[in-house]
Amino acid sequence: MVMHALDRKLLRDFARLWAQALAIAVVLACGVAALLTSFGMYQALGDSRDAYYERNRFADLWAPARRAPLSLLPTIAAIPGIRTAEARIEGMVTLDLPGREETAVGQILSLPASGEPLLNLPLLRAGRLPEPEAVTEVAVNAAFAAANGYRPGDRFFANLNGTRRELTISGTVLSPEFIYTLGPGAMMPDNEGFAVIWMPERAAAAAFDMEGAFNSLTVALYAGASPAEVIDRIDTLLDRYGGTGAHGRDRQMSDSFVSSEMNQLWTMTIVLPPIFFGVAAFLVNMVLGRIVALERSEIGLLKALGYSNAAIAGHYLMLAGLTAIVGIFIGWGVGAWLAHGMAGLYARFFDFPYLIFQGSWAVYVVSGLVGLGAAAFGALRVALAAARLPPAVAMQPPAPPRFRRGFSDRLMAGLHLSQPAMMILRSITRWPLRAAASALGLSMAVAVLAAASFFNDAMDKMMDVTFGQANRQDAVLIFTQNLPESALDELRALPGAMQVEGQLTEAAILRNGHLEKHVGIEARRPDADLSRIIGAAGGVVTVPPGGIVLTARLAAQLRLAIGDEVEVAFLSGRRETVHLPLMATTEQYIGLGAYMDFETLNRMRRQAPQISLANLTLDDARKAAFHRALNDMPALAGTAMLTDMRRSFQDTIRQNISITTTVYITIAVLIAVGVTYNGARIQLSERARELASLRILGFSRAEVSFILVGETMVLALLAQPPGWLAGLGIAWAFTQGVDSDLYQIPFVIAPSTFARASLIVLLTALASALVVRRRIDRLDLVAVMKTRE
Amino acid sequence: MTTPVFRTSGLTKVYDTGKVTVHALAGVDLNLYEGELTVLLGPSGSGKSTLLNILGGLDTATSGHVWFRDQELTGLGDRALTAYRRDHVGFVFQFYNLVASLTARENVQLVTDVSKNPMSPAEALEMVGLAPRLDHFPAELSGGEQQRVAIARAIAKRPDVLLCDEPTGALDSQTGVQVLEALKLVNDELGTATVVITHNVAIRKMAHRVIRFQDGRLLSTEVNDRRIAPSEIEW
Ligand SMILES: Nc1ncnc2c1ncn2[C@@H]1O[C@H](COP(=O)(O)OP(=O)(O)O)[C@@H](O)[C@H]1O
Ligand SMILES: [Mg+2]
Repeated sequence: MVMHALDRKLLRDFARLWAQALAIAVVLACGVAALLTSFGMYQALGDSRDAYYERNRFADLWAPARRAPLSLLPTIAAIPGIRTAEARIEGMVTLDLPGREETAVGQILSLPASGEPLLNLPLLRAGRLPEPEAVTEVAVNAAFAAANGYRPGDRFFANLNGTRRELTISGTVLSPEFIYTLGPGAMMPDNEGFAVIWMPERAAAAAFDMEGAFNSLTVALYAGASPAEVIDRIDTLLDRYGGTGAHGRDRQMSDSFVSSEMNQLWTMTIVLPPIFFGVAAFLVNMVLGRIVALERSEIGLLKALGYSNAAIAGHYLMLAGLTAIVGIFIGWGVGAWLAHGMAGLYARFFDFPYLIFQGSWAVYVVSGLVGLGAAAFGALRVALAAARLPPAVAMQPPAPPRFRRGFSDRLMAGLHLSQPAMMILRSITRWPLRAAASALGLSMAVAVLAAASFFNDAMDKMMDVTFGQANRQDAVLIFTQNLPESALDELRALPGAMQVEGQLTEAAILRNGHLEKHVGIEARRPDADLSRIIGAAGGVVTVPPGGIVLTARLAAQLRLAIGDEVEVAFLSGRRETVHLPLMATTEQYIGLGAYMDFETLNRMRRQAPQISLANLTLDDARKAAFHRALNDMPALAGTAMLTDMRRSFQDTIRQNISITTTVYITIAVLIAVGVTYNGARIQLSERARELASLRILGFSRAEVSFILVGETMVLALLAQPPGWLAGLGIAWAFTQGVDSDLYQIPFVIAPSTFARASLIVLLTALASALVVRRRIDRLDLVAVMKTRE
Repeated sequence: MTTPVFRTSGLTKVYDTGKVTVHALAGVDLNLYEGELTVLLGPSGSGKSTLLNILGGLDTATSGHVWFRDQELTGLGDRALTAYRRDHVGFVFQFYNLVASLTARENVQLVTDVSKNPMSPAEALEMVGLAPRLDHFPAELSGGEQQRVAIARAIAKRPDVLLCDEPTGALDSQTGVQVLEALKLVNDELGTATVVITHNVAIRKMAHRVIRFQDGRLLSTEVNDRRIAPSEIEW
């Protein structure tokens, strides 16, 4: 079939406009790619999680206790709303791994005598689960095995309640409870140094002295059951047995991290794609508007020939559609690549039994449709206006734009501006909407850049506060139970130990009216130098005796102001409740901290000074000896090596930030090019005659170029302040998006971030305008003056 | 021939541009006939283009009536006017109005794509003597050639009427003659009722009928007893 002449015109026009179309397509592609990546990964992560939870029967509730009799289980199982209740034994142990200098930490979970658990079903990756009767067989999480190169049959040592025991790995598993695996006191996953260990119930009971008892309860609810009610009833039942409060998935570590990541993806989905689609729609509108203006007479002609309004509107919509299709394909390509990269990143942090699939076809369809929609939105008004042009009017040349003397003219006259400067300002005030939209587009580029490097600033701040000021110890030793403070003297005798400081941590519920929060209250001696509380203003905060200090986020969650009383219900020992005034709030980005004075807390608990953990600095040269000594230390539940943590935290963040910064700079440059290149091309097209006349009148190339480049740069400059504001807005949205109990991103932006964002956008705008400026040199003065507009 | 192809009565077009109202057509009654070549003469601004645009369905009258054969055009909606233009009218404009990104053949194809019983683009271009220029873009053609492409485009649908607004206005005498010859050929061979607007008085001599216009009014109508060939026109 022969192609219709109108379609042929379409393709030829598209080919002729390729540079402008590409500049638009690329911005649109950013939107499609961002949508595909953020929304696609959001869906993929959510779907993978849900499927995994469903298949492996992820629990709804968890309830720790000190030691509850197994005979209590039927009573618990009978609570209305509970579908399955399962008792197990949990414990922390230190591990001595062959070939590894530092002590590792293990979290032991018991497997029922019947074999597989009912809830939180481990998924076997290699080998088999341990025999129910076996004493030294265990299964370990696959990530730990992989990080240390272990296979079924390999052995390592565990310090089980003071006894060093050799354990044999019977198999490696994944578990829905450990998609994200964090050791005690850790801020980043450390698969080499932290193991989840599944041990037969009998062996675990022997190791932790739990025969006929359990210390961990997992529960699955019926759909429609009220978790709050069930939690209340469980708490009542476990109260006598040292229950510290049942909780739902919201306080399950792994699930919280997955949810937090999903929140971030969702924030990205709402914030980024609309910016790109908005800018793309504007560019389509601007460029198509100019094309229609240039093709007035052709439109009139088509109408005279009997083409319908729909055919004409369709013709221009198709031009936008072709641009969109190019953008969508680029966006799909880039988005698939980004999503692939992100899935790779997730594979490093999250342990799913299957690859997170990279966006279903539906996400491609949706992102494509949204891309087409954005282009259509930008094109629609112009296309309809083209269709509505009365044919007789279209055929006449358009009246020259009416410049009116107004306030701005008087202003300009007052400024004694040069003629070219006047032309720049007139043109901006003549098309104020277009100028404003261009400036807005550029300000989005500034905003994206500012928001991207905001992460850098925020992470610097987070690192500085968390590791530079608050946590300066090299190692944390966590004990299985509280020890008298005098135990610190023994720790001081450890090889390589330099400074040694103790800390008491007490689990408690903080309440204010109906608001409550589970926390660990930390107390250290006022002269503690290794682990410190940093105030909002930056200084070290010492907790006044008789009061409590909370992180600002925690205080806000409980709606507490300084001076307010907070109810503190201790969850261990005598479980008293006290009321304390909130003395100060602190800025803390990781975790929700609550702090008390060391002496006060011990007195309140009616005990001689006790510690639950110790902070140490180490002599690097004697680290090996230090770790060897730890392997024989009883009562050690775990260690956290902050030096390593600091390094891995920094490395991970550096790497992530350098990736995101590259992506965002690219994106911002593409937006800036899209807006300025198209803007300058349109100006040149509208003003070719004017500029040519100036050349004929004797203006130099430089002076004429000044008009073209000047307008672009004036708009680019105007774009900066709103860009900074929008950048702040985006950064703020991101801090809100990631704000969870686990961590918070500080809302800080360095002035240099704005300066850099502005510089990049201004340089890009200048470069784009200069590329278009070259066309002035090629301006055929005679031909321009002869052609009829 | 005596069947009118167009009839107007009291045709009025008023442009209201805020400060001034212009009576571009101030009550025009006239008949144009099947098969005739009519020349419309008149000074600039006298309303010739306005009349032609209304006859061609490009514009609508403020008041009065226009009939194309038995069909009253006044009162037709946009959709119906579009159909009328597509099925019955061929236009030729002063500035050719070719689509720059399409070749001569493709410009003609623009029309044949949407008409019911068109001739082939090649055939139409052959008629105006442009067979060797089929695949040239407008920028590669002279003004006269471009205007002949426009004529080929107008006649390719075998229109019932051919409306030409100053078709030679932008041309020199030699190329102007070529264009007029093409118009005459179409009128002679296809019998298409043709209206040619011009302010070149000499052209009137090739017409069947000459209508003079002034200030939006019909000044006179005369019928030529003897027509001369375009080549004999003194420019
Ligand atoms: N769109 C318009 N708006 C206002 N006045 C118009 C418009 N089109 C034509 N006119 C006026 O109508 C009158 C007739 O114009 P026109 O029909 O183009 O004359 P001609 O073709 O004979 O030169 C002129 O005075 C012209 O200025
Ligand atoms: Mg005219």
